[in-house]
Order: sequence, then structure tokens, then C-alpha cells
Amino acid sequence: MDFLANWLINIPGFAVPFALAALGLIFSERAGVLNLGAEGFMLGGALAGVGLTLNGAPPLVALGGAMVAGAALGLVFAVLVAGLRINHVISGLALVFLAQALTSYIANENDWANQSFAGLQDLVLGQDIVVWATPLLCLGTVWLLGRTRFGLTLRAVGENPGAADAAGIDVTAMRFAAIAIGAALMGLAGGYLTVAVSKIWVDNVVGGRGWIAIALVIFARWHPWRALAGALLFGCIEALIPRVNAAGWAVPQYYLQMTPYLATLAVMIWSAARGGDRWAQPAALGQHHIREERD
Amino acid sequence: MTTGLALRSVTKRFGGFAALEEVDFVAHGGEVHALLGENGAGKSTLMNVACGIYAPDEGRVEIDGKAVSIAGARDAAARGIGMVHQHFKLVPAFSVLDNILLFNPGRPAAEVGAEAQRLAARIGFDLPLEARAGTLPVAEQQRLEILKVLIGGARIVILDEPTAVLSPEEGTALMGLIRGLADEGAAVILVTHKLHEALHHSDRITVLRQGRTIAETTPEGMNPAELTTLIVGEQIVEEPELSSHVGERVIWLNGVELAGDAGRRGLTGLDFQVRAGEIYGVAGVAGNGQSELAEVLMGLARPTGGTVWMDGENITEAGPAGRRRAGLACIPVDRYRHGLAGRLSVADNYAVNGVLAGRYGGWMWLNRAKARARAREAVEEFDVQGVRGMGQRAALLSGGNAQKLVIAREFEGETRVVLAHSPSRGLDVRAGAAVHARLRAARDAGAAVILISDDLDEILLLSDRIGVLSDGRMAAEFTAPADRAEIGRAMVSHGDD
Ligand SMILES: Nc1ncnc2c1ncn2[C@@H]1O[C@H](COP(=O)(O)OP(=O)(O)OP(=O)(O)O)[C@@H](O)[C@H]1O
Ligand SMILES: [Mg+2]
Repeated sequence: MDFLANWLINIPGFAVPFALAALGLIFSERAGVLNLGAEGFMLGGALAGVGLTLNGAPPLVALGGAMVAGAALGLVFAVLVAGLRINHVISGLALVFLAQALTSYIANENDWANQSFAGLQDLVLGQDIVVWATPLLCLGTVWLLGRTRFGLTLRAVGENPGAADAAGIDVTAMRFAAIAIGAALMGLAGGYLTVAVSKIWVDNVVGGRGWIAIALVIFARWHPWRALAGALLFGCIEALIPRVNAAGWAVPQYYLQMTPYLATLAVMIWSAARGGDRWAQPAALGQHHIREERD
Repeated sequence: MTTGLALRSVTKRFGGFAALEEVDFVAHGGEVHALLGENGAGKSTLMNVACGIYAPDEGRVEIDGKAVSIAGARDAAARGIGMVHQHFKLVPAFSVLDNILLFNPGRPAAEVGAEAQRLAARIGFDLPLEARAGTLPVAEQQRLEILKVLIGGARIVILDEPTAVLSPEEGTALMGLIRGLADEGAAVILVTHKLHEALHHSDRITVLRQGRTIAETTPEGMNPAELTTLIVGEQIVEEPELSSHVGERVIWLNGVELAGDAGRRGLTGLDFQVRAGEIYGVAGVAGNGQSELAEVLMGLARPTGGTVWMDGENITEAGPAGRRRAGLACIPVDRYRHGLAGRLSVADNYAVNGVLAGRYGGWMWLNRAKARARAREAVEEFDVQGVRGMGQRAALLSGGNAQKLVIAREFEGETRVVLAHSPSRGLDVRAGAAVHARLRAARDAGAAVILISDDLDEILLLSDRIGVLSDGRMAAEFTAPADRAEIGRAMVSHGDD
């Protein structure tokens, strides 16, 4: 019983980074930008969160800083893919490697590594404010993408940039905006990871969660609510890992650490096999648009 | 003072290639103005300049007598210019209403929806606002495009080859609609390859050739032959010419059935055979099973009953690749979308069939030089214009020239059966005649040719025998020379004679 309660209460904290990162990815990919940089934006946010906290900023300010750091990295990415029209995959991978090196370097230069701190405190029912805000953010995303003119234009750019252009929409500007918003959310996801969960910096603290978020978005077929559900699922698995060890069950820890990735694989195979609903993937995902060039 | 649109000595270059050179074009309010010219003449390019998608290198655009510089599509819309593009600019995943909203930002959805309904009713359209645009038949997608533009309040309406994808009946309805728009004061520009549309439904005609204005005239006193001479610079006369030698049957269908569903008509008890050395024309009002028949023949749809035979072998279960190997060549109706990979080069697009058939080396090694050389020959032979190099991306070709490339590819190699679905759609008179000559040559070389077309003139011109498809059944068969009126009656008989 204790085991169960302990597990349940920890799920939301583990689910939130996945959920926020997935929401951020949905923004970017719904505008047609294939975004493999999630891990990088999360690292940027995570580091900003640690740096600000260690310099005395209150947790909420640190989280705000994490969003700004994510968005700043997002602008770099936007210049590459929307401005210079460099291949989305290559730009995303480059950004991750850059962020990995840069964050480790900055953290070690400033002696931020391995210093623990108090971080974000719980609000109600053992959950902090970001946990409570996440469903609201999800709701906001659904509303923004589905119900507003901004959302309509953003999705049009991701579905058929040529048509959007003919409708007088500035495709490049829309993609900049979508990437920046998305990267800010991914920065928040990373910041939450350090400020509220680990409460300490270690190099590569994000630990592959960005990649899992990418799979999650595919699993969710680019829909916010389904992404939230997927995030909860992964939260369950992640929250289970330390508890299984603590309960003294003899499961080799490598197997346990493998489970999120196995689950990712399973989810991707499942969503590929299910296929069917072909409207879900933005039709122009990963494609550039150049006006006077036909395609 | 002139109302309407004027383009003054417009020049547009792509790289070093001048698609337009000092073109003058004037369309007045209240008139339907036909813009004609061969494939690649620059019609679409000129209209893209007019609606702000392409920026001209030289020259200017005038609206109602005042020079304007159009900053982009939204600016064009604000100035009352609306264009229905040759290749639609729709978001397939969006609903009809969302597509309209996208082009008419800043207004409440309910208001736009109500106006769309009202306008649609007034011009006799029936459009489901909630349906996904991508699931609509082409004719309805085009109605959506027109509606999108009209709701924006366009007074200068550009239609780039609007009837290329429509059946003759739908085309006639559209002509009525644009006449109504002109009567209300709009300047309507109609880009077309169909001479009768220009002659019977326009007030003025401008002809482009190789990026220059060749003529501006009125349709009065013009006949098709004169117009053809203006467009391509020569007379083109096509005469029926029956087959001289008909051989054994090559392909035949035995009681073929195809279950219909929501978006698709079924086929019932289809029986016919096509012999070596004959052209079998499938006539009929569009939507009576033509696309389904084509799919069954290509191996894309599996019949729910009956058998398809080719050279004595049952090929009912064979897929497209197997049929190709057996010697079936196909010119599909939607060549631009299904026949071409726009991002690949002209040479690659041409060579893809040959590569699969092993004509350019084995699976490990590709003889690119050979593929390129063959592609170059084919481009010459089929007069594909606008190819500046074999490595050029296929998407840069004009709409009609892209089709010629697909057609050239399909005629490569040994063919036993040729299936051509509306093969001259979107082609200029000369290119259309060239394709007809190709079909005849294939026939004379002993192939069985199946021609599906909703253009009765094309059927009568080419066919040795004619089957009339009505309501998913073969309602009647005729041997050429056949009586046009009788075929027409069979087309509307619904097979219950
Ligand atoms: N974006 C572009 N880049 C390079 N070349 C282009 C581009 N757009 C058009 N062209 C070239 O300009 C020429 C004119 O093309 P355009 O599409 O205007 O022809 P068109 O008259 O509309 O022909 P069609 O009847 O076949 O549609 C063609 O040779 C085409 O290859
Ligand atoms: Mg054109």
C-alpha cells in the first residue's frame, strides 16, 4: 500500500517534463519544422534553472529563465532551419550536440555541478505549481492551435506552406514563432527537471528525455491531450524505477533503465502499425518552402 | 479611365531563362478575358506576377489605371485580385471552412461560414463546410478555390486552367458562372487550352508564345484553325484514321465487378475485349466508373468479381508492377500528382521505369549516363519544353510539359497494352496532337490501346471501336465511324435500354 501511494504521488513530477517537452514539440512540428533538438533545448533550460537558483533566484524566476534560455536556443535553431533553410534533421542534431557540450562547459566553469539546492516546493497534495499548471498549458495549446487564427495559420504552414504563402501568410515568420514558443516550453521542461526534480546539476541531466518526447509526439499523433496521456504513461514507468530498487526486488537496474526506451519502441511500432489516421502528421513536416521555387 | 488589371511590359527571369519578356496584358472589368498559349508559354508565370506571388524583374502592374506594387498574396487580395491556381493551393487536412478562413483572416468564422453558404447558393454550388478539403472530388475542390477567392471580394478573378480537371458538363457550368461574375463587373481572366472556351465564352483573347505577347483579339469572326495558328504558329489538323490491321484479342474483361462505397461508384458485370492493333475508346459522362475502370486495369483496385485477362493469362490478382512487366503502359489521369516526383531531376523521373525494368544496369550499378542520354532523346522527341538540363528538378516544368515527360516515359519500351486516361488534358493543341499520333503509332505497332476520355471529340477522332460506360456498366458498343448522336444517347441511358 505504501509502495503504491509513494509511486502514485511521484508520477506527476516525472510526467511533467515529458508533457511540456511534447507540447513544445507539437508547436514546432505542427508548423512543419521537424524538431530533433528537444534534448538540446531541455538542457539549455535545465542549466539556466540551476544557474539562476544557485545565484539566489527564487524557483519561479529560475523557471522563467529556463524558458528564456530555451527560446534563445530556439532562435538559433530557427535561423538555421527557417532562415537559412538548412536540413531540419542535421540542424536538430547539431543543436543537441552543441547544447550538450556548452551546458557541461558552462556548468563546470561556474562550479555549478553537484551542488544541491532546495528548489521548487510542493503546493497542494504533494505536487508543485508546475504540475498543476501543465494540464492548463495543454488546454491552452489545444485552444490556441485549434481555435484561433494564429493556430490555423500555424497549422496551414505545416500542412501546405505553398498554400499558406498564396494566402498571404509569412511562412518564415510563422515558423520562427512556432519554434520559439516550442523551445520555450522545452526549456521549461528542462528547467523543471533540475529546479523541481533533481535539484542538482549533473552533466547531461536531461538523460535522453528529449528523445523520448519526440517519440511521444509521434505516438500522440501531434495532439496535445494524447501527448499528455503518453507523458503520464512514461511518468509511471520512470517513477517506478527507483521504487522497485528501494523495495528490494532483485531486478538488474540496467533492465529497469531500459524500460522507457523499450516503451518508446513499443509505442512507435504500435503507432506505425496502426497507421490509419493519416491526417495527423503535418503533411509538410521537414520541408522547406521557397516562394519562387516550385515543388 | 480603365477599370481592371493591366500588366505593362513585364519581364520575369528564372536564373538566366526569361519566362516572360516585355509582356503586355490588359483585362477590363466586366469582361471574360481568355489567355492562351502553348505549354510553357508563360501563362501561369504571368498570372503569378499579377497576383503578387512572383515579383516581376521589369515592368509594372496597374489596377484601375493606377500603378501598384503588389507586396505579396495578401496585398493582392486586399486589392481585389484573386487567383485559382493550376495546382490548387488547398490545405487537404483542413475543413472547407478552415480553408476559406485561412484566405480571409480577421473575420469571425460564423460570419464567413454564413457568407460562404449564401454565395455558394447564389452561384449554384453545394459545398459541405465541415468536410475535409482533401476528401472532396476535384471539381468540388475547385469550387472551394473559387469560393475562397470570391468571399475575399475579388474583382479581378484569375482562373488558371480551371476546366482541365472538370468534366465537360462541369466545365460548361463553370463558364456560366464566370459569365455571371463578369456581368457583375469583375474582370475574369481565363487561362485555357480549350479553344471552344475562348471562342464561345470570352470577350477578348490574348495569346502568349515563348514569353511574348503574340496577339490580342476578339473571338468574333475567329475560327479554331486561325486560333491554333496564332497559338502554335502553324496549322494543326487531325483527321480520324482507322486501323488497317486488327489482330487477336490482347486484353479482356470478364464480368468484372467492383463494390462501390461512399466516395466510389461500383462496376457491374463489365465485359469487353480489346484486340491488337485497335484503339478502344471508353466514352461516358465523367463519374460513371471511368476512374474505377482505370484503377482495375492498372492493378490498383482488385475487382470483387470477374476476371481480367491479358495474352491468355489471368492477371486479375497481379499488381501494378506485375502488369507493367507483362507489357502494360499507363498514362494516369492525375499525372502531375501521381506520375511525377517533383523534387527529382527530369532524368530521374524519366528513367524510373527503365531502372525498374533493368534497362540501365543491374541492382548494384546504375548506368546514369545511359539513362540521361535516353531522357535527353525523349525530351527532344516529345518536345518537352523548358528543360534546361537533365539535372533540372521536374517541378520547374510548366504544367503541360510535366505531363509530356510522364507520357514520354510511359511510351518507352515494349508495350502490349496502352491505357490512356484523358491523355490530352492540360496539353496545348500541338502536344495533344503529338500524343494522339503516339497512341496511333502504338496501335499500328500492334498494341491494344484503351482510351478513356470524357471528351467525345477525342474518342471519335481516335477510336476504332467505342464502348459507352454508364452507371458502372458498358451500356453500348459501337464500331467506328459511329454516330455521335447515338453515342450521346447511350451515355445518358443509364444502361437500362
Ligand atoms: N519557379 C520557376 N523556376 C524556374 N523556371 C520556371 C519557374 N516557373 C516557371 N518556369 C519556366 O517558365 C516557363 C513558363 O512556365 P509557365 O508555368 O508559366 O507555363 P504555362 O504557360 O503556364 O504552361 P502550361 O500550359 O503547361 O501550364 C516554363 O519553361 C517553365 O519551365
Ligand atoms: Mg500553367
